[in-house]
Amino acid sequence: MINLAGRDIMHSWGKFVFTAMGLGLLIGVTLSMAGIYRGMVDDAKVLLDNSGADLWVVQKDTLGPYAESSSIYDDTWRGIRGMQGVDQTANITYLTMQVRKEARDVRVMVTGIAPGEPGTPGWPPYLVAGRQITRSHYEAVADIASGFKLGEHIQIRRNQYTVVGLTRRMVSSNGDPMVFIPLKDAQEAQFLKDNDAIREQRRRTAENPAFNQPGVPALLDAVIASQSTNPYVNAILVRVETGHDPEEVAESIRRWKRLTVYTRSQMEEILVGKLIATSSKQIAMFLVILSIVSSVIVAFIIYTLTLGKIREIAVLKLIGTKNRTIVGLIVQQSIALGLIGFVVGKISATLLMAPIFPKYVLLEPLDSVLGFIAVIMICVMSSIIAIRVALKVDPAEAIGG
Amino acid sequence: MKRLPIKIRTLALISILVPLFALFVYVAFRSGPLAPVSIVLTTVENKSLSPALFGIGTIEARYTYKIGPTFAGRVKSLDIHVGEHVKAGQVLGEMDPVDLDGRIKAQDATLKRANAQISEAQVRKNYAKTQALRYEQLLKAGYTSEEVADAKRQELLVAEAALTGAREELSRVRSEREALEAQRSNLSLIAPVDGLIVSRDADPGTTVVAGQAVVELIDPYSLWVNVRFDQIRARGLAAGLSAQIRLRSQAGEMQTGRVLRVEPLADVVTEEVLAKVVFDQIPDPMPPIGELAEVTITLPTLAAAPVISNAAIHHIDGRLGVWQVIDGDLRFTPVSLGIADLEGRVQVREGLKIGDQVVIYSENPLNEHSRIHIVDHIPGVTQ
Repeated sequence: MINLAGRDIMHSWGKFVFTAMGLGLLIGVTLSMAGIYRGMVDDAKVLLDNSGADLWVVQKDTLGPYAESSSIYDDTWRGIRGMQGVDQTANITYLTMQVRKEARDVRVMVTGIAPGEPGTPGWPPYLVAGRQITRSHYEAVADIASGFKLGEHIQIRRNQYTVVGLTRRMVSSNGDPMVFIPLKDAQEAQFLKDNDAIREQRRRTAENPAFNQPGVPALLDAVIASQSTNPYVNAILVRVETGHDPEEVAESIRRWKRLTVYTRSQMEEILVGKLIATSSKQIAMFLVILSIVSSVIVAFIIYTLTLGKIREIAVLKLIGTKNRTIVGLIVQQSIALGLIGFVVGKISATLLMAPIFPKYVLLEPLDSVLGFIAVIMICVMSSIIAIRVALKVDPAEAIGG
Repeated sequence: MKRLPIKIRTLALISILVPLFALFVYVAFRSGPLAPVSIVLTTVENKSLSPALFGIGTIEARYTYKIGPTFAGRVKSLDIHVGEHVKAGQVLGEMDPVDLDGRIKAQDATLKRANAQISEAQVRKNYAKTQALRYEQLLKAGYTSEEVADAKRQELLVAEAALTGAREELSRVRSEREALEAQRSNLSLIAPVDGLIVSRDADPGTTVVAGQAVVELIDPYSLWVNVRFDQIRARGLAAGLSAQIRLRSQAGEMQTGRVLRVEPLADVVTEEVLAKVVFDQIPDPMPPIGELAEVTITLPTLAAAPVISNAAIHHIDGRLGVWQVIDGDLRFTPVSLGIADLEGRVQVREGLKIGDQVVIYSENPLNEHSRIHIVDHIPGVTQ
């Protein structure tokens, strides 16, 4: 018994392989789209993972620090540090901005990390080169995706920072690479206006008779000094002592400190469910449409492949081939097509498409498996139409045409 | 001959499909989440660290003199300008006396009147004395009553008291005049020391309140840097340590100095320790007061000890430690850390021996089940 499908593929293998390749690229795009969606969700999750926190303490009734702006006094941590079940606390600030490096600028999320030793919440948990920050000013650890190199100087507001370490996959929920700088510098960066604005503010204050009283000459200086400080941070990262329930600790902070506290799962809900909800739904919608289009195209390809062989099928019927053999021919061919297509798709998505996307593309193995099953099912299902045509063909066509 | 074309076709097909599947297997297992994590190893070294502290501060003058009038008034003249050097005792400017001269003249008149009052009191006293003597004799002779003689004695005492009062009035008036004269001479704004004028806060014609500074003078040889160190990184800070000062305006140049004192009061709000660092030699030209300076304090070199990079340290399940590769598997070794230096090297007190290999860099977060792939440097990092 010879394999009809194999023989037929052999007969016109060039056409078959190229069709499969084309199909493969389509599947590759679909897989990449799934990867982009997963990448978006993953960006949000690594942001939480990398902060190393169990709890996020933010301004009361805000969804901070990622989804909404939040600011709390930078000495609030002291009260929280003393609460039961709290192992470590660390102030943190986040500010998305353009960072200048020579002529170009890069969009990054500047993260101000509290002084301490490696492992302090908020610090980059691992590096790919260099070292962690040791000075309390003017040093930076950057994500490698920012394009900064070790030893380079970058400009954030008016100060120059030396890149002392590089890390990887430290991104904001938007996928912007992070740059870690010492907290005090970050507070200044977040607050500091340009020099013009500062001078204008001083002038405005000086013109206000309430602040510039002739009888109290020192008042103006005091007011200006109080205007140029920033005692705020965006959130406090809390690490819960082992053996304590984060939810319980969160509840006691909520109750006694009257601040809003999020646990890891609540934060994930905010990030995935609210912050990136519309953009990820957009991608998911696109993925669905792309899948439908792909399956329609697969169906068409198989249908036309079968139509191209209609005369041969008629001959087969004429010589008395069983229907089962003909069905087998078509199904096997479409599965082979799907198989090669999937392989090409997976390779092209991984090696060609994923690396060129500016944002992270996460190709999950489970997605690939699901994709594979879907491709095979679509192939089998779309061959049904082709089978109907093939079985309805009149053997007489083999002679008549 | 019939089989040959099929053979070629089969070979061609195989030559496409087999590499394709091989590539597929490679892609599935060597990239994405299933791929092994590239790691870079480093050796625990025996090194002596020279820890250092890093802080920023501003240039300040140790001695600042704010010169102004002791009473409210108007500035009459101010001859000096910002940037000028002045000598101790030099007259910098003058306050307008306004009514002071008139008041001194009035006091002169009052003084004369007081003198006249003394003369008057003196005459009254003399007369009262004569009268008292006369009635004394008359009383002895029995020509007058005891009562009249007593009245004359009392008149003498009153006249004497009036004279004392007039004399005291004279000295009061004299003192008042002296006070006005002192104020008159105090209208000059005089430099208390040799110094540099740094600010001129009022121009002639401006009315200033008592105590308000008209000019500000500093001693340019007393410059120091008021440095702030984060409390968490201020261990070992002490007076006498040598310091390197980098001024913001002179990025490449380092000045040397030493810690003069560590302030006994720390900043409660900013969680910083304050210290004063003096220059070994004050830079020429003088840096502007208020310029930002970065200060690195060198602490004494420590004895050699096992040292790792701070990039190798991870915090996992509440413990600090490092990842080690033992028999091809990753293992987390908790460590206890000692002193660190500014180059990112940290002493290891417990947990590691000299010569141990630890993971310094990794491409992804590690866990005990990570498949690893040891490389020289993480892909993507340009050397």
